[in-house]
Amino acid sequence: MSPESASIEALKEEMTAIYPKKVAKKRNDQIMINEVGEEDAVPEIKANTRTAPGIITQRGCCYAGCKGVVLGPTRDIVNLVHGPIGCSFYAWLTRRNQTRPPSEESENFMNYMFSTDLQDDEIIFGGEKKLAEAIREVYDIFQPKAIGVFSTCPVGLIGDDVHAVSRQMSEELGINIFGFSCEGYKGVSQSAGHHIANNQLFKHVIGNGQEVPEGEFKINLLGEYNIGGDAFVLEDIFERCGITLLSTFSGNSSIAQFESSHHADLNLVMCHRSINYIAEMIEEKYGTPWFKVNFIGAEGTAKSLRKIAEYFDDDGLRERVETVIAEEMAKVEAAQKVYRPKLEGKTAMLFVGGSRAHHYQDLFSEIGMETISAGYEFAHRDDYEGRKVLPNIKMDADSRNIEELTVSKDPEGYREDRAEYKKAKEDEGFEFSDYKGMMPEMKDGTLVIDDISEHETELLLKRLKPDIFCAGIKEKYGVQKFGIPCKQLHSYDYGGPYAGFAGAINFYEDIDRMVNASVWKHLKAPWAG
Amino acid sequence: MTLLRHTFDEIKPRKALTVNSAKTCQPVGAMYAALGIHRCLPHSHGSQGCCSYHRSALTRHYKEPVMAATSSFTEGASVFGGQANLLKGIETIFQVYDPDVVAVHTTCLSETIGDDIPQIVSKCNDKGFIPEGKLVIHCNTPSYVGSHVTGFANMVTGMVKYLSTSTETEATRYNVIPGWVEPSDMRELKRLMGVLGLDTILFPDTSDVLDCELDGERDFYPDGGTTIEDLRATGDSAATFALGAWASKPAGEELESKCGVPTKHLDLPIGLRATDRFIDAVRTTAGIEVPTELTKERGRLVDVMSDMHQYLHGKRVALVGDPDQLVALSEFCADLDMRPVYIVSGTPGKAFEHDVLERLEERIPEVKIANGANADMFLLHQWIKQEPVDMIIGNTYCKYICRDENIPLIRHGFPILDRVGHSLFPTVGYMGAMRLLEKILDAVMTKQDLESDEEKVELVM
Repeated sequence: MSPESASIEALKEEMTAIYPKKVAKKRNDQIMINEVGEEDAVPEIKANTRTAPGIITQRGCCYAGCKGVVLGPTRDIVNLVHGPIGCSFYAWLTRRNQTRPPSEESENFMNYMFSTDLQDDEIIFGGEKKLAEAIREVYDIFQPKAIGVFSTCPVGLIGDDVHAVSRQMSEELGINIFGFSCEGYKGVSQSAGHHIANNQLFKHVIGNGQEVPEGEFKINLLGEYNIGGDAFVLEDIFERCGITLLSTFSGNSSIAQFESSHHADLNLVMCHRSINYIAEMIEEKYGTPWFKVNFIGAEGTAKSLRKIAEYFDDDGLRERVETVIAEEMAKVEAAQKVYRPKLEGKTAMLFVGGSRAHHYQDLFSEIGMETISAGYEFAHRDDYEGRKVLPNIKMDADSRNIEELTVSKDPEGYREDRAEYKKAKEDEGFEFSDYKGMMPEMKDGTLVIDDISEHETELLLKRLKPDIFCAGIKEKYGVQKFGIPCKQLHSYDYGGPYAGFAGAINFYEDIDRMVNASVWKHLKAPWAG
Repeated sequence: MTLLRHTFDEIKPRKALTVNSAKTCQPVGAMYAALGIHRCLPHSHGSQGCCSYHRSALTRHYKEPVMAATSSFTEGASVFGGQANLLKGIETIFQVYDPDVVAVHTTCLSETIGDDIPQIVSKCNDKGFIPEGKLVIHCNTPSYVGSHVTGFANMVTGMVKYLSTSTETEATRYNVIPGWVEPSDMRELKRLMGVLGLDTILFPDTSDVLDCELDGERDFYPDGGTTIEDLRATGDSAATFALGAWASKPAGEELESKCGVPTKHLDLPIGLRATDRFIDAVRTTAGIEVPTELTKERGRLVDVMSDMHQYLHGKRVALVGDPDQLVALSEFCADLDMRPVYIVSGTPGKAFEHDVLERLEERIPEVKIANGANADMFLLHQWIKQEPVDMIIGNTYCKYICRDENIPLIRHGFPILDRVGHSLFPTVGYMGAMRLLEKILDAVMTKQDLESDEEKVELVM
């Protein structure tokens, strides 16, 4: 064992030593020293399991994943939260999903929050009547095309049937109204909510658009939420390449785009964790293939664009893609020349989300920074180890409670030609439906930590002293009290975009600004010892 | 492009729907109050999301670490009750984070299940999960009752129930219950009591907890917060000044009935006359003279009020936020000869309208007041569409209305997500009133500078 790996081993022991026995045992399986073997074999990590109470976790709830993450960014669905006021209040504009309504007249409910504000009487006698009335009032005042109804913890307990109320009101009002059983206690994190959101969108929205949208090279972009304008950057790239983007799930989106998304020739998956379900279900029902892309990092963006061109196998497209890459990479390389010398050799840690902790490592490496520790807040084993482990993931009680939809071929809409095209491509060696996970791409000896606790975070900061730590708002100021900058990778610290080529340049600039900020030199008073 | 493009002047009746709320739920208030106890770790007994959302909301407002733990309910806990989760939580918390006290608050989930917190805590004691000399206190904060303000009040009342003790000690100290105000305000209240020469226990006290220095070293538990010793001693104080009927009155009443400490119930000392009443109540209760220093401070405020009267007189203002703040602000605005015409709070309570009208002393006959169910920022915006105002005083969410209607926003209340200052500079007391006045004047005068006709731009104002 090298001295380095011995010290990492010691750090892991120090992290778990303080916990009660059972907690320590569990955390021991969630903290892994990375080692990449043949065929990308990596250590098995425990993920998507219950958080130990009291440990101070980063995680949120099922509702946050459903309403906050997946449904939140769509501008023209009224998201009505059925529950006490807080759930809707906290999800009000806090995720920074930008949206661009096509005109002043277009619907945009993103800046509003809607709640049934349940009171104790309704907890005792039931809240269905109030929910029905609230839906009526939404319709009377706002006339939306669609209403999504979100269950919160007490709603599940008192047994309000949001699906039945949604159905009845849909009949009464003649618009699409659908419910989500995304009570906060479901699952073990936001992840359960992603799945529930995927299911309901698939059941109630996707496929409703009969008209085939026009355009060449039709794609959907799944798992891109337009935080800080990321989706705008990608929309621009697609347009310049002549790729027709039918819909994004769900950044800068509208319900009409979702409804027609099944007409796409190809699905691209960005955030594997939150949206792989829809990609798979669309493929099963409509025959649309999908593959994983990564538009975080200039290299990844170029690679993903080339793969799209390769998929469509069209010379014109290939040429346009290469032109865009050449134009953009010139700017990116110029920026790297500026920032790399200032950041080379510095270290980063990333503890966030279900895909960002992986993809942002690419951006750091483009400016010469090394990721020495990383982990996800709510990912599953496949996001760490790759989809190859999917058959070996055991279903536990918490996952079993989340509905798995049974999907079969749509008798009219299934496109055999797409499936055959995929088959032919696969025979040429083209990879579909795969995600290799984060760990195979991380160095040996790095520390991979699932659902990191506050205590473990502090030890990482004290012992390994990274030059930058990436997490969320709850961690930010605690990290910075140590004199270490903390980059929020949920909200981007109210900056961004960071996707695509232009986003990469923004990111380099922001990391330089943070790591090399003058303020870090003045933490101590001149008279302090 | 308008931000709130679906808001029109026509008001359709609503009974069930809240749009753009002017309140949030009880537990976040309990969490904030608990952070005002020295070496306390708040604990949210419910789903993980509650704790995550509350910590996020408080962190965005205070720009400081907000530490709190959760029982992390799963579906199993929701069916079988949260006892096992709380037991494990408390064991882990004391072992890993070593607080002096854990302050548990409930959520809608644990309340609907009916978890009995004292019973679970006594089990923790039986199992030896609570180290000697350490404490667990609690309060009930079902999210479907009251608002974040009443949640705060419940936790402060919990502090009294669990800790305040009367002994034979001579009553030489004075309690101040500040209500849900900023760390800066708590600091200022302590300064004022110091200037008045009184030995004070302020509780809760988030100064030096949520306005901490950055020096490269992190204290998991910062220096601030009311100590357990002081919280116990509140039962021996000569008197309590409970500031704000919503956030502080319940704790004041509890302390009076439990330990016999006489309580003066007062408005939050925001603005000239509310501060006057506070200082005067302290003077008469403690039998002291008000030092010249403080009277001169008051005089400086009056001086600015008189100097700048022309820019304030007749200005129509909308107030939205929490009841204790709004009661005091409506009086202050009226005392500036402004016209507080719309006053909205999501926090329920029948006394609100009465309290506001009493402070307005029939000076604003056109005033519209709404609070409780369906009293929200959507309604306020509709009123503004019907007849505009010159400014809004409220939290950050008002900026969407302000941008659409081109009116200035004076940020006050919770949450303020997009500016700093509130945790650093107080708005209570005379100094606070001067700051508030400066902010109001700055907003009004900047608008005049930017929008007046070319020949009407004034150099001297």
